[in-house]
Amino acid sequence: MNLDLRIPMGLMFTIVGAMMSVYGFFTRGSAIYERSAGMNINLIWGLVMLVFGITMFALGRKADKHPPAKPVRGTDRPHGH
Amino acid sequence: MLLYFVFVLGIGFALKRYMKTSKDFFQAGRSLPAWICGLAFISANLGAQEVIGMGASGAKYGIATSHFYWIGAIPAMIFVGVFMMPFYYGSKARSVPEFLRLRFDEKTRAYNACSFAVMTVFSSGISMYAMARLIQTLHVFDSLFIRFHMPVEWIFHFAIIISAVIVLGYIFLGGLTSAIYNEVLQFFLIVAGFLPLVWVGLKNVGGWSGLKAALPVAYTHSWNGMTNPHNNPLGVEWFGLSMGLGFVLSFGYWCTDFLVIQTAMASDSEESARRVPLIAAIPKMFFPFLVILPGLIAIATPAITEHPVPGAMHASASSGAAQDLAPMGKGLIPVKVDPVSGKIMRDQKGQPLLDYDLAIPNMLLFYFPTGILGLGLTALLASFMSGMAGNVTAFNTVWTYDLYQSYIHKNASDAHYLKVGRWTTVCGILLSIATAYVAVGFNNIMDTLQLVFSFVNAPLFATFLLGMFWKRTTGHAAFTGLVSGTVAAILHHGLTLPMDAHPGIHGGWIAVIHRYPSEMAQNFWTAIWAFSANFIITVIISLLTGPRPENELVGLVYSLTPKPVEHHMEWYERPKVIAVGLIALLIALNLIFK
Repeated sequence: MNLDLRIPMGLMFTIVGAMMSVYGFFTRGSAIYERSAGMNINLIWGLVMLVFGITMFALGRKADKHPPAKPVRGTDRPHGH
Repeated sequence: MLLYFVFVLGIGFALKRYMKTSKDFFQAGRSLPAWICGLAFISANLGAQEVIGMGASGAKYGIATSHFYWIGAIPAMIFVGVFMMPFYYGSKARSVPEFLRLRFDEKTRAYNACSFAVMTVFSSGISMYAMARLIQTLHVFDSLFIRFHMPVEWIFHFAIIISAVIVLGYIFLGGLTSAIYNEVLQFFLIVAGFLPLVWVGLKNVGGWSGLKAALPVAYTHSWNGMTNPHNNPLGVEWFGLSMGLGFVLSFGYWCTDFLVIQTAMASDSEESARRVPLIAAIPKMFFPFLVILPGLIAIATPAITEHPVPGAMHASASSGAAQDLAPMGKGLIPVKVDPVSGKIMRDQKGQPLLDYDLAIPNMLLFYFPTGILGLGLTALLASFMSGMAGNVTAFNTVWTYDLYQSYIHKNASDAHYLKVGRWTTVCGILLSIATAYVAVGFNNIMDTLQLVFSFVNAPLFATFLLGMFWKRTTGHAAFTGLVSGTVAAILHHGLTLPMDAHPGIHGGWIAVIHRYPSEMAQNFWTAIWAFSANFIITVIISLLTGPRPENELVGLVYSLTPKPVEHHMEWYERPKVIAVGLIALLIALNLIFK
């Protein structure tokens, strides 16, 4: 399959994570966080998702640049497996 | 949320280019890596019954619900990975019913294919129903509807149609690959949306110890009172639990249900296929903390009236009744309201029924501020779609290969079957919509699904067990056994009744000769009866009929198939080593939460 899932997934988490962190950053100390036990959950979780998204995207890109070895003739296994 | 929908359909479009043959469409070309299939394996099952149903059961029965994972899934997943996957993958069967044809005969396959097709449509319909209810209850589209002067009552119907269109869109375009990719995406979304919920929720009620203090003992100890069915919230004793759920139901589901098996069969090699359920078992083991804990926290959280929630206020603005209902609920769990008539539903003693299905949605509204709330809701919707999508792809594969290609239109071109597969997706979804409206009559989605499973799936596992491990089993025997197993299940359901229920859809519609302490117990015992009936009848008929020659059964029966070679793998890659590790972890978890 030519589409590495990690790229669109990483992209999605990066965008959502970035949006949430920015929103969280500008609403610091706002009353809406009384509900989440006083934590700025938007900022915290947004950053977590941002890191996850970028990692996934980077991994996907890395794998893309070094395509996996062609299968050994006559078997369905790639080299080294 | 919009962004998510865009990505979902985007993946469908991106994959459309690769869908050239029916193999690509139905089996994802058998080319996906193990980790993707592994996550899709649990995500396919992570539909409405998981997130909403498990949260609901968590609130209703307590931590004992985790038995559905630790007993009711992990052992079966290990078994399917270590022992059964070589037969499914190695036999070149394209679906579970097709495996039955290779091992037994045409009628066994036809029976299984038909019952399975019905079941997937049911499950997907229930997913859809739950999703529509949720959208309605959470008032996601209320402002939109009011702006366009449309009646708010239409939201239920609108939600069903919109969810159907999205799932249809990406499956129609990308087939199983698209469904699997989206399932993985949904898996991560669900984790991302629910982890902070548990975190904030636990922090609010004072951590695990605070939660324990706020709830009765049985809620936080999964094995407490298991010697007597009347002493624990599930109403089941340990034998019914481990046999009914742990053996019959879970093995019947995880080892024979094409819905989950299809994801493993899409992987790129037999080794990957065997590793798929084992990879899936690891996150599965920790899912109770993600989906059951919110249910517990919802019960432990002080009642809605003390902490006004925007969602509830919103509701009172539009219906005027929500505020009055709140005191009758428990914690964050409101009373159940009939979605059609808008009246409170009561049991036969006149007590209002609690709507446990709303445990998780209300948790989201209660603990999440704007921003992350969108993520939480998206995660919830994602879970419904992943459940629906898995059912729909399983349905179109079974329909196209096992019914259409086998009985209706043989020897057509591959392009023809690809087209049929696409249009089957459309029909399957239309049928699901019809089912969604049937689902309105039940109190707890979990119980409903268990009921359907126990009729169809419970006898099935006996057939596979005998078929794979006893070469003497014959086709006639398998068929008779399956039918009698299902009949036994129906009879048992017709003759018994849970406490506090009217004869009718909950059982006892023939006569009531036994009463179970809970619906759950009744379901488990129905499964045990169905399994035993099938097992005994299959053995008897097998001995009376002539077996197939052994050379036809190579690759289909354990004793006649060469064992898969594991020497070339690193020790940590070997399925058996992973299996032992998983079992150790499982025992540890059970000891901690006993």
